[in-house]
Amino acid sequence: MPVQVKINGIKMSAEPQETVLQVARRSGVHIPTLCHLESVESTGACRVCLVEMKLGGKTQLTTSCNAGVEDGMEIMTDTPEVQKHRAANLEMMLGRAPGSQKIRALAREYGVYESAYVPSEDPAIPGCILCELCVRVCEALGHSALAAVSRGGKKYIGTPHDKPSESCVGCGACAEKCPTRCIEMTDTKKTRTIWGQTFDFVSCETCGAPVMTVRQRTHAVETKELPEDYYTTCVACKQKNLAGRFARVGS
Amino acid sequence: MARLQSTQQLRQLKERIVAEKPADRRAIAVCAGTGCKAFGSFELVEAFRAELEKQGLDKEVELRPTGCHGFCERGPLVLLFPEGRLYQRVKTDDVPEIVEKTIKGGEVIERLLYEEPGTGKKFEKEEDIPFYKHQHRLVLRSNGLINPSSIEDYIAIGGYEALGRAFEMGPDAVLGEVKGANLRGRGGGGFPAGTKWELCKKQPGDLKYIICNADEGDPGAFMDRSIVEGNPHAVIEGMVIGAFTMGAREGYVYIRQEYPLALERLNKALDEARQRGLLGEDILGSGFGFDIKVNRGGGAFVCGEESALIRSIEGRRGVPRRRPPYPAQKGLWGKPTNINNVETWATVPLIVAKGAKWFTGIGTEKSKGTKIFSLVGKVNNTGLVEIPMGMSLREIVYDIGGGIPGGKKFKAVQTGGPSGGCLPASKLDLSVDFDTLIAEGAMMGSGGMIVMDESTCMVDLAKYFVQFLRSESCGNCTSCRDGLDWMHSLLQQVCAGEGTMELLDQIEQIAETVRVSSLCALGSTAANPVLSTIKHFRDEYEAHVEQGRCPAKVCKSLITYTIDADKCTGCLVCAKRCPESTIEGEKKKPHRIIQDGCIKCGVCLDVCKFDAVHVE
Amino acid sequence: MAAQPTIDTQRLDAVLGAFEPGDGSALIEALHDVQSEFKYLPEEALDRLADRLGVSKSRVYGVASFYEGFHLEPRGEHICTVCMGTACHVRGAPRLLEHLEREIGIASGQTSEDLTFTLEEVACVGACALGPLVIIDGKYHGNTTTSHLTKVVGKLKKD
Ligand SMILES: Cc1cc2nc3c(=O)[nH]c(=O)nc-3n(C[C@H](O)[C@H](O)[C@H](O)COP(=O)(O)O)c2cc1C
Ligand code: SF4
Ligand code: SF4
Ligand code: FES
Repeated sequence: MPVQVKINGIKMSAEPQETVLQVARRSGVHIPTLCHLESVESTGACRVCLVEMKLGGKTQLTTSCNAGVEDGMEIMTDTPEVQKHRAANLEMMLGRAPGSQKIRALAREYGVYESAYVPSEDPAIPGCILCELCVRVCEALGHSALAAVSRGGKKYIGTPHDKPSESCVGCGACAEKCPTRCIEMTDTKKTRTIWGQTFDFVSCETCGAPVMTVRQRTHAVETKELPEDYYTTCVACKQKNLAGRFARVGS
Repeated sequence: MARLQSTQQLRQLKERIVAEKPADRRAIAVCAGTGCKAFGSFELVEAFRAELEKQGLDKEVELRPTGCHGFCERGPLVLLFPEGRLYQRVKTDDVPEIVEKTIKGGEVIERLLYEEPGTGKKFEKEEDIPFYKHQHRLVLRSNGLINPSSIEDYIAIGGYEALGRAFEMGPDAVLGEVKGANLRGRGGGGFPAGTKWELCKKQPGDLKYIICNADEGDPGAFMDRSIVEGNPHAVIEGMVIGAFTMGAREGYVYIRQEYPLALERLNKALDEARQRGLLGEDILGSGFGFDIKVNRGGGAFVCGEESALIRSIEGRRGVPRRRPPYPAQKGLWGKPTNINNVETWATVPLIVAKGAKWFTGIGTEKSKGTKIFSLVGKVNNTGLVEIPMGMSLREIVYDIGGGIPGGKKFKAVQTGGPSGGCLPASKLDLSVDFDTLIAEGAMMGSGGMIVMDESTCMVDLAKYFVQFLRSESCGNCTSCRDGLDWMHSLLQQVCAGEGTMELLDQIEQIAETVRVSSLCALGSTAANPVLSTIKHFRDEYEAHVEQGRCPAKVCKSLITYTIDADKCTGCLVCAKRCPESTIEGEKKKPHRIIQDGCIKCGVCLDVCKFDAVHVE
Repeated sequence: MAAQPTIDTQRLDAVLGAFEPGDGSALIEALHDVQSEFKYLPEEALDRLADRLGVSKSRVYGVASFYEGFHLEPRGEHICTVCMGTACHVRGAPRLLEHLEREIGIASGQTSEDLTFTLEEVACVGACALGPLVIIDGKYHGNTTTSHLTKVVGKLKKD
């Protein structure tokens, strides 16, 4: 049974399993997010997707990425209250990630240019806002190489025992999805270094460019039961090859 | 131990036990709660055992190690029945005399009686002592009467009869009774238990769980520990009644690992309940089956929050999740789950046994029944007190608590634990109930009540709570994790006398963000201690910031230790003990503290026998 | 971080054997049991526990490090625990903690190099009437003072 909600005064019909963020985006309303990704569970960590929610006579702020819609909800996505507290949370995150362009730009939208906040613990990863998106992405890919370690202000992201993890395949998904791009990853033509270990690349048979790490291929081959030589060409060459084949068929 | 197959067999067992142990029998009840244990009460029990045996009285006089009697300040406590005489601060050396004079001779040993500070008046009976007289002990009452490790003792005082009654009434009627009693959760929120039970009961499906929250993370509170230690069967009985009402077949007790004694007694009680057929399949022949597992916490305050607690039982990090869905809809393993506090569960059998009408006769219009507080801090009678809702703070602090020790002045009382608020002297006449306290920016919480006198610095206290919550935050939300960290460093500045009054505005602004934009109640209430102290004790904040002065003489950067030359006898003790060797002076001549080297550890103040060290 | 001593695998097997293979929900209970056996949670034990319960090593590490009651480093022979509950705080617990830091020569939360002492804080043990309270090797020292602590710690140092 669909539920009826209002977003910024406009009536919307929504499925009960949808989140406020999904419905808002579907209706073209922009809400900023940092720690949210459709493909993984939302944890409501960064608090930047705050909206004002009126339900049953009560008005309160809530994060929209992890709030399910309920019948009769009225959502306002851009009130002064919302702006004020998005700004305050952004100031805190800017204090953690002063070098992140993304945070800086978003903070600027809310009138925050510099942060007075200096975290009292030295960060394990400079620039990390502790949103655990990397952890969730890694888990969703079936590796679970990363963990949120400790709690409160001492929390940090790391590998088990802070040592190179045997479950890490060096896919780099964490680094790519990280909102502040703070995970150190160094690629050479032949190797990738991340989370304290260096992985060899499988080189493209055609052009020699990196395809993926050897361990990543092994993992994929094992879990997807693919032939051992499945990933041998890079995406670009694969496309070229395909295009070539189509061209031949077409002629 | 034979299984009881019916409520009738339960009744018969009770009659048998009572016949063997009539109520007017001689008994020595030694408090064996954690507080008295620390004062040596276990040794005391052994000493009594040996002495009774020696005198050949061990058959005639019952020796009963019990749970906490509440008056921890005066431990170890020994209660003598049938007179109800209370001996306090009893030592093993006193044992032969007690047995000889009081047990055999009926004579009272004056020295062991409670003496009221100030008046010097002595009290012979427990019930006459002001600390007990003003209380209304429903839940705690049984603690002195039973050995928590004996299910027979519990059955003898009518234990598990409420369960039998519940089986006769049926689930709907029991729910009606709990709703009618308007029993509000004792764990902090004060949410009506009946409403929660109903929601859980209504959920479709057979798989449901109930949980007892015995995490009691509030520093300065030990009500739940004392109930589990002193009367574990009351909690178990409440849970079985709840499970029967809601249709749950499995229950959990989530208990702090810092409470080893409570854990031990709980496990023993569960075993005995199983052997008696009060847990397991076909309880009391009713056809209803239910059992309880125990999960130890790992040491995390946030795990008292229900969604974090559930994650913890599932073997995960105790990170709360957004509600709704509420546990009643989607709880443990995704199934409908009802979670209540220890005290809430322990109150249930009383309500079922005596009826909603009786229960609603106690308390205020919206807060029914009694509530247990742990009255601690700068108060004469530290301990557990159970009062009818609606009693004033003043009665609790002065009539029961005996006021402030050392002739100092009352400054504030803090209720609701780290998320609660501080109330000043002008609020002493407030009625203690759920709604009044919330309206005043404090809250009932789980029952911590900390009394502070003029030597407590309110800024330091606020900093203490923020520090506590900062390290107990699960670390998920930016606002809570970083906001509290930020507030803490700003409060450090205040305590150091730095900054300007703008600092206070900044603290208040961050506090507001922490409050409105955090996910769980740890974050959304975390600012209470700061906001309430800024509201009621603004002058103290101002003194720090504007005058660089800590009126309570607590904040290190703002105080100096000096030696009063007139009082100093030149005994050299402080000079020897000063860790920085920064006290100079010759024997028999006044000493002097070289301020540059002083780290303000206060050792000199502690060791000086002549009261010559002053703090400015 | 010092290298961890090797552990007795037989003892570990005995502890782990009590848990159903693949029962991830038993994680926290299992951590308690491992810790009561070894007094801390050795790395190797955590990894073996992960295998036994069928959960990732990162989950075990994340959980073990979340809870204050679990120790990831070897602990001292003598454990001094200062209660930092509110009642103890207003009765002067912070000063006692600092005093012990100086007496033992380690910061709160640390273990001395020679594994003699561990100094730690506990949020509250609920024995507020005894505040300020320090627990040394399981013994409760209630209403305690800096002088008393100096004496107790001094005796332990000599042993
Ligand atoms: C940070 C935090 C800590 C809590 N700690 C406890 C606790 O130690 N004991 C408790 O019973 N409830 C605690 N609660 C409240 C629980 O979430 C829950 O509301 C309660 O156990 C429900 O039981 P009740 O309705 O019987 O009070 C806490 C809540 C929060 C937000
Ligand atoms: S590394 Fe990036 S993705 Fe991971 S927690 Fe930090 S900010 Fe989030
Ligand atoms: S408010 Fe604090 S404790 Fe609660 S979920 Fe957020 S970070 Fe965790
Ligand atoms: S995007 Fe919702 S909290 Fe981060």
